[in-house]
Amino acid sequence: MNKLFTHWLLCALLLTTGGANAALRIFACEPEWGALAKELTGDSATIYIATTAQQDPHHIQARPSLIAQARRADLVVCTGAELEVGWLPLVLRRAGNPRVQVGTSGYFSATDYVHLLEKPQRLDRAEGDVHAQGNPHIQLDPHNILRVADALGQRLAELDPAHAASYRQHLQDFTVRWQAAMQRWQQQAAPLKDMPIVVYHSGWTYMNHWLGLRQLAQLEPLPGVPPTSGHLAGVLEAMKSQPARAIIRAPYQDERPVQWLHEHTGIPALTLPSTVGGNEQAVDLFSFFESIVQLLLGVNS
Amino acid sequence: MYKEIVATAAWLSLCAPLSTAAASGEQLSDIRQQMEALKHAYDAQIKALEERLQNAETLAEENRAGLADASQAQPAGSDASQARINAFNPALSVILQGSVNGYSRDPDAYALPGFQLGGEAGLAKEGMTLDESEITASANVDQLFYAQSTFSLSDTPDGTEISIEEAYVDPLALPAGLGVRFGRFYSGIGYLNSTHSHVWDFHDEPLAYRAFLGRQYGDDGIRVTWTLPTDLYVMLGGETLAGNNFPAGEPESIKGDVQTLFMKLGGDIGISSAWQGGLSMLTADVHNRDNGATAFSGDSDLYIADFVYKWAPNGNPYQTNFKFQTEFFYRKEKGDTAVSDGIDTALMNYRGDQTGWYAQAIYQFIPRWRAGVRYDRLSADNDLNVVDLGGFADAGTVIAESGLADGHDPQRWSLMFDWNPSEFSRIRAQYNRDESRPDATDNQWTLQYIMSLGSHGAHLF
Repeated sequence: MNKLFTHWLLCALLLTTGGANAALRIFACEPEWGALAKELTGDSATIYIATTAQQDPHHIQARPSLIAQARRADLVVCTGAELEVGWLPLVLRRAGNPRVQVGTSGYFSATDYVHLLEKPQRLDRAEGDVHAQGNPHIQLDPHNILRVADALGQRLAELDPAHAASYRQHLQDFTVRWQAAMQRWQQQAAPLKDMPIVVYHSGWTYMNHWLGLRQLAQLEPLPGVPPTSGHLAGVLEAMKSQPARAIIRAPYQDERPVQWLHEHTGIPALTLPSTVGGNEQAVDLFSFFESIVQLLLGVNS
Repeated sequence: MYKEIVATAAWLSLCAPLSTAAASGEQLSDIRQQMEALKHAYDAQIKALEERLQNAETLAEENRAGLADASQAQPAGSDASQARINAFNPALSVILQGSVNGYSRDPDAYALPGFQLGGEAGLAKEGMTLDESEITASANVDQLFYAQSTFSLSDTPDGTEISIEEAYVDPLALPAGLGVRFGRFYSGIGYLNSTHSHVWDFHDEPLAYRAFLGRQYGDDGIRVTWTLPTDLYVMLGGETLAGNNFPAGEPESIKGDVQTLFMKLGGDIGISSAWQGGLSMLTADVHNRDNGATAFSGDSDLYIADFVYKWAPNGNPYQTNFKFQTEFFYRKEKGDTAVSDGIDTALMNYRGDQTGWYAQAIYQFIPRWRAGVRYDRLSADNDLNVVDLGGFADAGTVIAESGLADGHDPQRWSLMFDWNPSEFSRIRAQYNRDESRPDATDNQWTLQYIMSLGSHGAHLF
């Protein structure tokens, strides 16, 4: 009984003090940044991932659980470029945690370190879900991952100087392995160059850029606007003269329009992971890109 | 680092003429070697600098391109510096709303028997009407404060009225999960109260909000909240508010006539579900809460329990999602009520024991389309004791005139159907079978639109 009491007391004490040299608590908005943080911290940090690969990171609500996690975070790692504009500002404002507010070293926005593509010439909501700073789906080019890793590694060292050497070591190790992997993917994916594809949403720009894929059409008439029958008929018509080799969607996007087009054209429907956890193979950043390359090679015949 | 290089270069250029004049051949080669070493050491740094310069140039070019776009989009006469000045403008959004409303009974005779109506309680105007147009501006003020204001424009018989719905300041740098808000804001009690009506899932408020909060309670004051450092979301809060609005009357005390306390809990259940529950309390020291027919002074204590459950397959609400929401209200009021028919004024003692609740469910069955159902019920148990007839014929007439007679429990069924072409627009149809008044059912129809222009709104839970 006494032992149990002491145990409880210790637990309570730990809970309230949090411990001076407790592990860094990282709040990652998307699975790719959670996976990257894990690569760079080993097992030394506590990482919370706010969304899954089955969720559209734009359409998330400021849930109580997110506020509770942001309340205790030492570092928030997000995509930025307005991808999380609907929920992250609210979560951060309600969290009451000055360590992770925008502009502090505890707030890390990945798009700050990457050159964004598709920066719109003009901003008009009549053109759908346009992002003023450019296309935010940067995680689909491994070069971007390396750039973000570099910046994140430095940020970790800055935030937690006691473990700076360890973070640098992890970053160096990751960089070596990543560069080797990139070389391998580049070789494997060589036949994919100029492969014509159709996508559900314009979320694959960086992958196309990386592998040299040719995007012929989108199933959404405008970014963020669900496919309409009229628009799908137009895509079907275009496919007759210039067929694609795959119709690509992310796991969280509607399967039906993709299936419809597949049935009418015979073009393979392909669900690609848009982040870590997007399919059974994609368990970390390496297997995520591996899976994309293999799945694309599988239909490119 | 850049400074160091410049300093070294300056030092070298100073030394060079001196050394050539004085140095022998051996010294000269020594110096050459040193310079060579220096050159090697700085080569790398200069290279790094060059890279940074190049990056900066690319960035500047992109910025220039961006500014060029911006200036093209702007009317002639504006220039790049103008665009930069505008960059500090607050995030602006405008909400436009309008509706067509039809009632089978006279909307001007609307009442909730047993409850003194106040605030903005009542039915929307019959026929075609602009409900309320809102302008919201928000921005970080500086490194310490965030501020937001919402101005509402609506038509009254006397012309267009501008009201300040909210105008509050949130300090940004508070530690340890603390939050403070001051200014004018909607109280944090209940679930729906702190949200703006354009994000509600029905065109009108629940009957409980109409009866107990005059549609929605907002006031001038200060709020303090504390979020606990736990995985389970636990937030405790309290407010002191002036008491300008229903359920308060005319403010008298400097510390505020209304105090609230509230607690919210919330979390996820697996990956597909999330919930939030809350308990709230509001105590008001009421002075002359006058709605034309009755004026109440006394104590009003309100207790609210609320619960919200949301479900979406894999937590991805884009295709389908479901939301259940319920709130339970209990109020005790004690004091004096003056009853007036415009000529005579009577006085009575009033003790109210009142409850109200609603439950609603909303289902998005395909992307962009939602359907919902709501049930409302109110119940009053009032002790009314006329102490001064003041010209009225008898006590029964006074009680009838006051509208506080209990005996009928108002209830209502609502059905809702809406279409959301994007995150920024909504078109809704709603039907209410309203049994607020005792004698007959009111069939209420509404067709409504909500358009939000400008900055991206928040996805509230």
